[in-house]
Amino acid sequence: MTIVKHELRQGRMSFAVWTGAIAFLLMVCVFLFPEMKNEMDAVGNVFASMGSFTAAFGMDRLNFGTLTGFYAIECGNIVGLGGAFFASLIGAAALSGEEKNRTAELLLTHPVSRARVITEKLIAVMVQIIVMNAVILAIALASIAASGEEIPWKDILLMHLAYFLLQAELAGVCFGISAFLRRGGTGIGLGLAAMMYFLNIIANMTESVKFLKYITPFGYCEGADIVSDGKLDLVLVLLGIGYAAVAVAAGYRHYTGKDIR
Amino acid sequence: MDAIKIENLSKYYGKARGIEQVSLTVGDGAFFGFIGPNGAGKSTTIRTLLGLIRPSSGSASVLGFDIVKEKKKLLAQVGYLPSEAVFYPRMRVRDVLKFSADLRKTDCKEAADRLCRRLQLDTGRKVDELSFGNRKKVAIVCALQHDPRLLILDEPTGGLDPLMQKEFFDILRERNEAGTTVFISSHILSEIQRNCTHAAIIREGRIIACDSVEALAKTAAKRVSVHGSVDLSALAGVRDVQRSAGTVNFLYSGDMNTLLSVLSRGDIRDLSVSEPDLDEIFMHYYENGGGEE
Repeated sequence: MTIVKHELRQGRMSFAVWTGAIAFLLMVCVFLFPEMKNEMDAVGNVFASMGSFTAAFGMDRLNFGTLTGFYAIECGNIVGLGGAFFASLIGAAALSGEEKNRTAELLLTHPVSRARVITEKLIAVMVQIIVMNAVILAIALASIAASGEEIPWKDILLMHLAYFLLQAELAGVCFGISAFLRRGGTGIGLGLAAMMYFLNIIANMTESVKFLKYITPFGYCEGADIVSDGKLDLVLVLLGIGYAAVAVAAGYRHYTGKDIR
Repeated sequence: MDAIKIENLSKYYGKARGIEQVSLTVGDGAFFGFIGPNGAGKSTTIRTLLGLIRPSSGSASVLGFDIVKEKKKLLAQVGYLPSEAVFYPRMRVRDVLKFSADLRKTDCKEAADRLCRRLQLDTGRKVDELSFGNRKKVAIVCALQHDPRLLILDEPTGGLDPLMQKEFFDILRERNEAGTTVFISSHILSEIQRNCTHAAIIREGRIIACDSVEALAKTAAKRVSVHGSVDLSALAGVRDVQRSAGTVNFLYSGDMNTLLSVLSRGDIRDLSVSEPDLDEIFMHYYENGGGEE
């Protein structure tokens, strides 16, 4: 596990900044709720009259005046988008960063197989995502409790499970892509996460492109669906896991025979 | 057993040539020089041997291990010094050395401390703050600390001051005397001539000469220096003619009796005939295609 430890140490600053930023924003958002919920009738009417945009963010099916509804929209966007960016970034940089920073020569001239390098780097990526989600969930729960609201356990846990799966999927896809890159994958990572986010918004707005839900992992993170169904859409989740698995397998296959120049 | 055995090894990057049909044998315990200018294929050969790139065709073994199928076993017994030492950011020297040792699953602390003392390397400093030469020292310790059976050193002295270069070669000689095979790639010929017993010259991806350094220096060509006046126009086999006040200096690879006969017709005040140094041999191979001559 030498490479796992090394990766975690190398990425600790970026991990701390992203986790801290997401957790802080989430906390601020949760603390805003008690103050805002009294004004939510008026706000809810405004949100309900924004046409397609109301549907785009699932506001047509959620009550903004409840903690669950508020959390699914406001906090969901923070954790969903922030977490997606972080996961995509670390996934895309995992293998390509070694070539971009020219450290691959140092690493791969030691007696470690390429498969071990890939496996340990993937473990390090997943460990960061797991720990980040655990910290964020803990802070979210603590913030809700501290704000005097009752914790809607099932809804919150389901939403956070969906965000975790979203990040794991994006990290896996970006990790697979990073095996093919030579110059770092920051742009690709951020671009992919943003594209997936907007694909979901478009899918929410227009009935004719609903199939996009089968592509974007934000599809199964839709707070409105999770709250109303009381579960995650298993088909979308399994599809997402499948996409990540295919990308990681392709990454393994390519990187084990790749020329490191 | 040979430390390195390369047979008809070729590597192409798409259509671009890396190396072509390279065959080379480095004996166990040799101090071997690998000479060629930038772009000749030195690094491609080394990177192929270390498994960083896959050969397009041919085969090679290092310490008896196939470079494709037994890469991990091979790398466990090789110390590699890259031409440019690059490390992970924000790490201290001692962390880099420990990371390298951990990847080898060995405790190299004592050997690392000894080497750091000899190379005057402060292990508490961050690698980002080090000069090029000091980063090179870190890479040297990484390559040597696990006491490898074979050292592959790519342009090893770049960035090291003359005193450090001497200390570095002292260490290499000690290791070589203890049985370690040393394979140095360099374009600094004096470095190879002073330290290596055998050498190969690579040109445009192909090996054009491979022999003992002594034998390579004994090519047919001699460096002739004549003080006085002489007409060389009728003499065949004259190259690299350099004229300065009253002196003519040239490389001669023709018949010695003809040379003496031509010189005897001139007005000669002093004459010296010597073996050319490796720089001249190198130029000879590069200008004339070496073994193809």
